[in-house]
Amino acid sequence: MLSLEGLHKRAAFFRYIRSFFHSLEFLEVDTPLRQPVYIPESNIVPISCEGQYLQSSPELSMKRLLASGCNRIFQLSHCFRKGELGRLHLEEFQLLEWYRTGCDYNQLMTDCEAFLRFLQEAMRNYATSCGDLNFTELFPGVDLSAQWQRLTVADAFAQYSPIPLARALEAGSFDAILTEYVEPCLGIEVPVFLYAYPHQLASLARKSPSNPTIAERFELYIKGIELANGFSELTDEHEQRHRFQKEIAAIHANYGREVVMPERFLQDLRNLEAAAGIALGVDRLFMLALNCKNITSSVTFAPEDFL
Amino acid sequence: MLSASDLRKGLKVQIDGNPYIVTDFEFSKPGKGQALYRCKMRNMISGNQLVKTYRSNDKFEKAELDERKMQFLYSQGEEYHFMDTDNYEQLSLTKEQMADNINFLIENMDVEVLFFDGKPIDITIPTFVNLEVTRADPWAKGDTSGNDTKPVTVQTGYELQVPPFVEEGDKIQIDTRTGQYVTRVKE
Repeated sequence: MLSLEGLHKRAAFFRYIRSFFHSLEFLEVDTPLRQPVYIPESNIVPISCEGQYLQSSPELSMKRLLASGCNRIFQLSHCFRKGELGRLHLEEFQLLEWYRTGCDYNQLMTDCEAFLRFLQEAMRNYATSCGDLNFTELFPGVDLSAQWQRLTVADAFAQYSPIPLARALEAGSFDAILTEYVEPCLGIEVPVFLYAYPHQLASLARKSPSNPTIAERFELYIKGIELANGFSELTDEHEQRHRFQKEIAAIHANYGREVVMPERFLQDLRNLEAAAGIALGVDRLFMLALNCKNITSSVTFAPEDFL
Repeated sequence: MLSASDLRKGLKVQIDGNPYIVTDFEFSKPGKGQALYRCKMRNMISGNQLVKTYRSNDKFEKAELDERKMQFLYSQGEEYHFMDTDNYEQLSLTKEQMADNINFLIENMDVEVLFFDGKPIDITIPTFVNLEVTRADPWAKGDTSGNDTKPVTVQTGYELQVPPFVEEGDKIQIDTRTGQYVTRVKE
């Protein structure tokens, strides 16, 4: 459970997040937590609720809003993923998502840089204003003002993995190697954007127009911790339907669950031009702001506070 | 059958016919990737450590383990004999299986014997045991060497550091988890 001081700090943190996006004229939106459909992604298990599902991310709703004419939107929302419990995972957690039209994922990387520099400065001022003696810099030891590193997934594997990317993909050990060998080395001195993912590892991202073997997707890493996942949106309805079909078949084969095709989302994709969107784990970010090692110390109530 | 999502610290599973206990556990999941369950495990028979990463559709068999309360009778060479005081059934464990427990075991002590597949593999002794000091150097009053402990030997042959006032013939309490002195016992 957060202390009174922690509650104040968390409230300030959310206030600054909102003021950053308001200053860039993003529209704050809120979409239903419970929906009759969910994103067919084979690695994410939804939590069901009275015949519907608690969202694993507001992604589909946010993109439908873009298709309806919004240009810049953001949302802070609770998300749910079954069975995800660990040092950096909670079954219920908060995501900050923002979306822009008329750009690709490069713009989102620029946004991340401006956003975290703003937040660092704001939290520093907050600490001064309330005379916080225990203040620790957001990301101590990491230089946000320096040039952030951009590293392709292939280069990261060449540098840190015992086997090359192609072999890891073939053996189905991409995630295991990423977690064990690559992630711990990322974002130690400056933040790192790991980008250009193999196309099969991005079910809602656009393939690069110049190289269809990679998807325009990136992950932001600071101190070995994955903070955000952003990409240029796939806006081709037919390709998206085809990818969802593959995911739905995989979910059925592996877990025996039937998944409904999100038809309204696919319909709305027809009205979506170039766009890019990103999801950032706010609890992890706040955990780093508190200089904690475990995500449960960054939320108002942790699961164990109910035992 | 257990699945990877059941894994947690202290869980006992069976791998290749051997019982393992999970000693350390970490959940991780790279963005949009597979859930990974990284476990450190100890083979409950050989004591060997195993580090392995499991995925959510990996399955395990639970290790069927029984515990029975038994009394330590005597040791003979490398064998340690125990008896079930309800049915007088006797069995023995090897010195290797006993590990550090031999430092604290005395005749008639009640212990829990752990069975895997009907065979005894380990014992659990009480957390605190009272043992008699069989050898202690006298405390030289006015000793200015600054040492606030001295070594003694207890009836099992185990040696440990105790406060200087402990004398030969005293009974002391020892924490069997750490092997350290707790207090002097008056009987």
